[in-house]
Amino acid sequence: MHAPNSTYAAEARKALVSLDPRPGVDKPDPIIVAEGIKRSFGGLTAVDVAKMQVQRHSITALIGPNGAGKTTLFNLLSGFDRAQTGSWTFNGNEISKTPPHKIARQGMVRTFQLTKSLYRLTVMDNMRLAATAQRGESIFLSPLRFIWGSQEKEITERAEMLLERFKLIDKKDDFAAALSGGQRKLLEMARALMVNPEVVMLDEPMAGVNPALKQSLLGHIRSLRDEGMTVLFVEHDMDMVRDISDWVVVMAQGQIVAEGEPHEVMRDQAVIDAYLGAHHDMSLEAEDR
Amino acid sequence: MDFLFIIQQSLSSAIGVNTIIFALAAIGLNMHFGYTGLLNFGQAGFLAVGAYTTAVLVVSFDFSLWAALGMSILASVLFALLLGVPTLRLRADYLAIVTIAAAEIVRQIARSATFNDTLGGSDGITGKFGKAYFDLNPFKEGLETPILRFSPNDLWVVITGWLLVAAVLGFMWLIVNSPWGRVLKAIREDEEAVRSIGKNVYLYKMQSLILGGVIGSLGGAVYALSRQSVQPDNYSTFLTFFAYTVLILGGAARVFSPVIGSMIFWFLLVFVEQVLRQAVAENYIPDWLINANQVSQVRFMLVGLGLMLLMVFRPQGIFGDKKELALDARA
Repeated sequence: MHAPNSTYAAEARKALVSLDPRPGVDKPDPIIVAEGIKRSFGGLTAVDVAKMQVQRHSITALIGPNGAGKTTLFNLLSGFDRAQTGSWTFNGNEISKTPPHKIARQGMVRTFQLTKSLYRLTVMDNMRLAATAQRGESIFLSPLRFIWGSQEKEITERAEMLLERFKLIDKKDDFAAALSGGQRKLLEMARALMVNPEVVMLDEPMAGVNPALKQSLLGHIRSLRDEGMTVLFVEHDMDMVRDISDWVVVMAQGQIVAEGEPHEVMRDQAVIDAYLGAHHDMSLEAEDR
Repeated sequence: MDFLFIIQQSLSSAIGVNTIIFALAAIGLNMHFGYTGLLNFGQAGFLAVGAYTTAVLVVSFDFSLWAALGMSILASVLFALLLGVPTLRLRADYLAIVTIAAAEIVRQIARSATFNDTLGGSDGITGKFGKAYFDLNPFKEGLETPILRFSPNDLWVVITGWLLVAAVLGFMWLIVNSPWGRVLKAIREDEEAVRSIGKNVYLYKMQSLILGGVIGSLGGAVYALSRQSVQPDNYSTFLTFFAYTVLILGGAARVFSPVIGSMIFWFLLVFVEQVLRQAVAENYIPDWLINANQVSQVRFMLVGLGLMLLMVFRPQGIFGDKKELALDARA
């Protein structure tokens, strides 16, 4: 199997191995710390997470049956939705009231379940757009190319390197709408990297991707961690979860019901019942385990 | 039929004062709708603010014309802020509703009897408020050629007006082809995606609303100056819809297309009118079908029909990129 080739990732794994696998367990070096998050829509409590921490430099999977609240939790953490109660920090900074664009600028970037490629922009413009602190994005400086031209060149070079890596370089002058579904997933991931994030949050990166491309996506996600980023992803594809994640958080009915290493978690009866639907008509009680 | 006269009238209209006014209105809309995806249905309001501020400050408050023109830009910035603050966080359709209402509010305030003394009520303001501008006119005689004909004042407005349009287009070209313009186009495609990579979408939408509004208000100032009068009913919703027609005719999200669209629109409108008028006068068209009084209505029907056909057979407009339009996966 793939061995993490960076010391960061190896350390993260080692730190996680010795943890007591129970919901909400403290991580030795958490980059995201969340407490008491509650979000309800009318009478329905979509998310009710007492405690959750994400280990730095790890690949953490967030799994659970449909309607478990995974995407809602994602939206909350990334600032796209507002929680009724709770607070969470990123790198020690409180971000529970921070608007999404500021969270992204701090280095926590997300992707979406349904890819949001900017269709009528070229692939290259999709990439350039995501670079931060661009002088030419100020309305007052924008007419003055001599001020932002050199920065634009650097951004273009960086974008070309990323496109090369994600095998999209041949498409750079095509409109994003001309890409296949899988290529759009790659583009969205590459675009997120233009922000230079510390945490990458991927919402169902494998949905609608053909098996051949899946392998290369898996490789890309691993390489993010190996380069020192932290990956948090929502996924339904259990093979993928088993394959690449260092830690798995299981949600059901808005709560975290289990946490642990992938192989252990998947042996957990509560998880099997909840996620694989063996007894999908039974109510899920974490205490049963 | 006097074809030379028809051509003269149509060509003069194609580069005339109305073309300039609607080109500026449509350039502003292009910023809003073409580049940022903001559905502003209140462009007439921005023109009204530009026109009224210019006229009222000179006539009722003894401002110099140049100060009044400066204030009209400031006023349109304020109007944009007033519109944008409550609506730009909402979905696009809300902006459409609010802008159409706001433009009507501006018009109704302008024509209300309460402000008769300053705003002139439904008669508007007529006066020599453009004197300082026309005093600079070096043309003592108008232009009189077989294909173009302008009065001295119109010639001055046309020349300075096109210089203004050229300056605005140059500025537009620079900014939409910058990283700033790229953010706007991205917002048009998907706001959430733009937020997710760290851009303050609200700020950019506000900047776009202000800038497009100011450009529209310049059109309003030209409207007021060229006629030396403002009338509230010139700034009703028809103006906004003509500006949209001009924009879509030329092809949205192209820098030069509003100008071409405006030229074609005003050429056709006058051309069709003159042809009909002469055809009716010389009984090529029988009176029971169209009489002389109906010509100016019928020309709108015919031009409208032509525009519908254009939309069916060339939906991207004259300069639009069909590929780009077809790529809109949401359509």
